[in-house]
Formats: sequence, C-alpha cells, structure tokens
Amino acid sequence: MADNSTDLLAEAVAPEGPRWETFVRELPPEEGGGYVTVTVDNETGREIVRPYRKVGTEPTVVCDELHIVYKVYGASAGKGSATSALGRLMLRRRAAGVREVHAVRGVSFTAYKGESIGIIGSNGSGKSTLLKAIAGLLPAERGAVFTHGQPSLLGVNAALMNDLTGERNVVLGGLAMGMTPKEVADRYENIVDFSGINEKGDFISLPMRTYSSGMAARLRFSIAAAKTHDVLMIDEALATGDAKFQKRSEQRIRELREEAGTVFLVSHNNRSVREVCDRVLWLEKGKLIMDGPTEEVLQAYEKESGK
Amino acid sequence: MDASSPAKDIEDTEDTVSTVTDMPPLPGAPEGAPEDRGLTPKQLADKYALAVSGRRPGLVTYVKQLWRRRQFIVSFATAKLTAQYTTAKMGQLWQVLTPLLNILVYYFVFGVLLGTKRNIPDFIQYLSIGVFIFTFTQQAVLQGTRSISSNLGLIRALHFPRACMPISTTVQQLQQLLFSLVVMIAIVLVVQPPTLTWLLLIPALVLQFVFNTGLSLIVARLGAKVTDMAQLVPFILRTWMYTSGVMWSLTVVSHGKPEWVKILLAVNPAAVYIDLARYSLLDSFHANQLPHHVWLLAVAWAVVVGIGGFIYFWRAEEEYGRG
Repeated sequence: MADNSTDLLAEAVAPEGPRWETFVRELPPEEGGGYVTVTVDNETGREIVRPYRKVGTEPTVVCDELHIVYKVYGASAGKGSATSALGRLMLRRRAAGVREVHAVRGVSFTAYKGESIGIIGSNGSGKSTLLKAIAGLLPAERGAVFTHGQPSLLGVNAALMNDLTGERNVVLGGLAMGMTPKEVADRYENIVDFSGINEKGDFISLPMRTYSSGMAARLRFSIAAAKTHDVLMIDEALATGDAKFQKRSEQRIRELREEAGTVFLVSHNNRSVREVCDRVLWLEKGKLIMDGPTEEVLQAYEKESGK
Repeated sequence: MDASSPAKDIEDTEDTVSTVTDMPPLPGAPEGAPEDRGLTPKQLADKYALAVSGRRPGLVTYVKQLWRRRQFIVSFATAKLTAQYTTAKMGQLWQVLTPLLNILVYYFVFGVLLGTKRNIPDFIQYLSIGVFIFTFTQQAVLQGTRSISSNLGLIRALHFPRACMPISTTVQQLQQLLFSLVVMIAIVLVVQPPTLTWLLLIPALVLQFVFNTGLSLIVARLGAKVTDMAQLVPFILRTWMYTSGVMWSLTVVSHGKPEWVKILLAVNPAAVYIDLARYSLLDSFHANQLPHHVWLLAVAWAVVVGIGGFIYFWRAEEEYGRG
C-alpha cells in the first residue's frame, strides 16, 4: 500500500500550474463580514464560494484501522440446483457461490464537529461500503468505527414506503426519525416545498411507486434532511436532482453543518465536492490513498484519473 | 496513517503563511485539540464518549426509544392497512369480504362435506369466531416473518428501533380484526341477543394481541436471517390451524386418544384464545367445554411469548438491515 500511495503522491505534487486554487477571503462588513473559502478555476476564472467554518475539536467519527469483508451470495452460477442444496445441508458445508469481498482495507481517519468531508474514488473503490460501515449497517471484520450519536445514511437506492403516498411517506418518515406528530405537522410544508415534488402538479398525494427515480430521491433527501443529524452521510443523492434542487440541497447541507453536525458526501461530481467539502478522503481498492484539504486531494485525483 | 502524513506537512506550511497574513488557516484535515494528539483512536473515542457504530442499545433504552415511536407504529399500521387494497377495484370492501368468503369456503368443505357441524350447535357462529381469531394470529406470524425483509429500504434509510416493524404489523392485524369483529358480531346476533359475557372478549383479545406480538417478533428475527422461512411458515401455520379446532370441536376429535394428546391440544395457545372468544360470545358454548385453568393459560402464553419474543428480537437489533 505504501509504495502505491507514494507513487500517486509524487505525481500529484509535481506542479505544472494548477488549474484550481483555493484561498480564504475576508468579506467586507457590508456583506456581513466573516470569511469565505474561495476556489478559483484558473481556466475559466469562475469562483466556487463556500462559507468559511471553523471546525470543532470534538471528534464525531473515529475510524480505526477498519476492515470490511462482506459475503456475496450466488456469485457462481450452476450450483443452485436442489440436489446440490440438499448436499450442502447434509454435509454442513458452506453454500457454494458465496464469495468474500474485502472491500475496505485498513482505513483510519478522525472527523470533527462541523466538518463536511467528501469521499472520492473510482467505481468499486469501497466508498459506499465505508459509509455503510460508519452507519453501522455492516459489521467490521477488524478495527472499529466509533461515532457520536447515530449516523444516518442517505443512499440513492434506499426506498421508503413505495405503496404509500408521498404525503404518508413524509409523515411516517418524520415519525420514524423520532419527531412528534406536531413537529412533523410544522415541518410538513417545508419538506414538500423543499423536495419540489408539487412543482409539476399534485404528486404528493400519489403513491411513491409512481414517482420517477429523481423525484423519489428528492423526496427522500428532503425527509431525511428535515431533522438535525449528528452525522449525515449522503451517497450520490445530489446527482439525482436537477440543478435547482442541487442548489437547495447544498444549502441545506451547509445549514446542517451550522447545526454542529458532520456531513459526509460521496460523489463522482467533483464540482459538488468543491461546493460543499473542506476535506476529502480518496479511496482506491479499499485503501485510503489521501486525506487532506479538498483542492490538494482533488487535484491529485484528477491527475491520476486523467481528467 | 502513512498516507496522510504528506498532506499534514503541506497544511503545516499553510498554517505559518496564514499567521503572517492574519487570515484564518485554509480548512482541511483538522487535527483536533492539541492535548488529544498523543491518543490512540480508541482512547480518543473513549475520551469523547463515542460509541461503536450500530451497537445495540440496552434493554431499558430500547424500550424508551420504542415508546417514543408509538405514533409511528400505529400510523404505519393504519397506512399499510389502507394501502393493502388500493389496487383492488372494490377497495376497502375487501376488509370485510375476505373473512366472509373464508367462512363460506370452510363452512362448505368442513361443515357440509365432512359433516363436522353435526356435533356443534350454532356451527356457523362457532366456525366464524374460530376463523377470525385464528386469522389474527396467522396473519401476525405471516406478516411478521416478512416485516424486516419487506421493509429493508426503510430500515436502511432511517434509524428507529427495528421492533417497530413486527409490532406495527401486529397492530395492523388487530385493526383488521376490528373490521372482522363487526361481521362476527352481526353473525352471532342472528342466533342470540348480546350478553354481559361479551365483555370478556376484551381481555381475551388483549392477551392474544400480546401473544401475537411476541410471536411476530420471534419470526421476524428468524425471517430476517433465514430467507427460507417465508416458504416454510405457511405449512407450519396450516398444521397449526388444523390442530387448533378452528372448524371442528377438539373435544370431539380427541375423543378416545391418549391423555397426552388431549393435554397438548388443550394448552395450544391458538385453541386457548379461540375457545375464550367462543365462550364469551356464544351462549351455546359452555364453560365446561373450556380447558382447565384457561385464563391462567391465556395469561401465561401472553407473558412468556410476549416478553420472551421481545428480548429475542432485541438481541439481534444491530443485525437487521445488514447483508
């Protein structure tokens, strides 16, 4: 692992006039004062601005030499016949076609209050597996994840209640997260407006199975984001919405950070990462290649992936 | 962590630059409080009271969390109940039609063709109560087995005590039973006026509900781990129905059989709850047809299975939704 990562770093550090530059800018008093973090694209001159936020010293997620191994059933074909299944039962052998995938290999990092951390890497590098492990949905093979409170994972494919209307999903989702019926009633309008489901007609009173995948993803995000989470993890959810929704959800992620949460964002869209994250973890083949400020890691990553 | 050390070096240099220009440092990989530098990850986690992610809460905390979700449990059950028949044209009418059709089938096959009605007065009423009460337990088990696997999306997306799912399916079946109860009362009213013993139905149903919830929790855990359970359960339930005296009298059937068979049939919880319902509703069902200590049995089954099932389910709390 060490060899591999130093190679990548050596390439990354070699300068040839970086395309992106990041700096902290002080806002004039008439704009409210304080600081913003600015990323400039030197090719186009465009700026990506995110609010400057001082990160706390209290850790919220501690990942200690984490290894995740999960089993895949039915990996090899042709062994599913009744006789072979009976044979396995009789001989107490493990089912054929069960394969183990070592998806995360010794990842360590500490996340602090108020941070927003991007996780990048090519497909199959273990990003989503890492998020599931932090959420407690996958057991650690070795090592451990310690968290403050219960992290919530927001994936694209997580269906809520498809046979129920959007309306019911909002109410039940809120109640399931531990809100009182009054809290749910108070926030109902906000959640529906935020999701933008009703912009094209009265969709909220239709069953969720009639929604397009983008609509469903937007509603789910809106429901989950209605509550303050200690640790919120978002798996590509921003990719599903249109540009307007993406802006809104980025805004909401910032607010969640203000409320002293920690946000993790898995994304293949480097622009979303630049808009939201101050820090990036780069995973490749289950190993942590790089952990550092957004620009540093993204530049190394873009160089490596040839973008 | 060897991979991150070069990044830290770079950040350090930026730190010195920023003090010169009096600007705050660039955000990046923070280092935490200075006094925490030397701590191992485990010590750091202990110091700030971080817990292993996804670890199961203590039993008392778990009950408290569950109590806070009581509205969710009831609303989820109601929503599922109303959604059940939305795709059917006659809609909610099926709530009542399904049990009626069931009774018709059983009456024809068992009462008429096999002649079990000969020894039983008010056979249709006897049969209806048996079918409705058994269906309550049967559906609680059937839906309980699937309560985790069919709600995986919800379980993976949001955090709540997983026992909400099997409990909610039992509440849904209780609501369904209340619909059926209207039909059941109407059928009984054909042969007799209401009596005071009808009130006994309330404690009997409460006990059965607790028993069903416990059972639902047990099969929910089994069904979440062993996916073959969903195929096996219908057969177990059918056997159970035939041995619970739903469409015939157990005392008549077990006549002349060895004593242990009679005892086994009499302590069967489904038979206990069915007989209690018959005793409370039907004048023609006399107290001497009840097994000995029937209320004691009803309470014992509810307490043992209710509490036992809850603890059994809770012990695997962290595993639901994995895989």
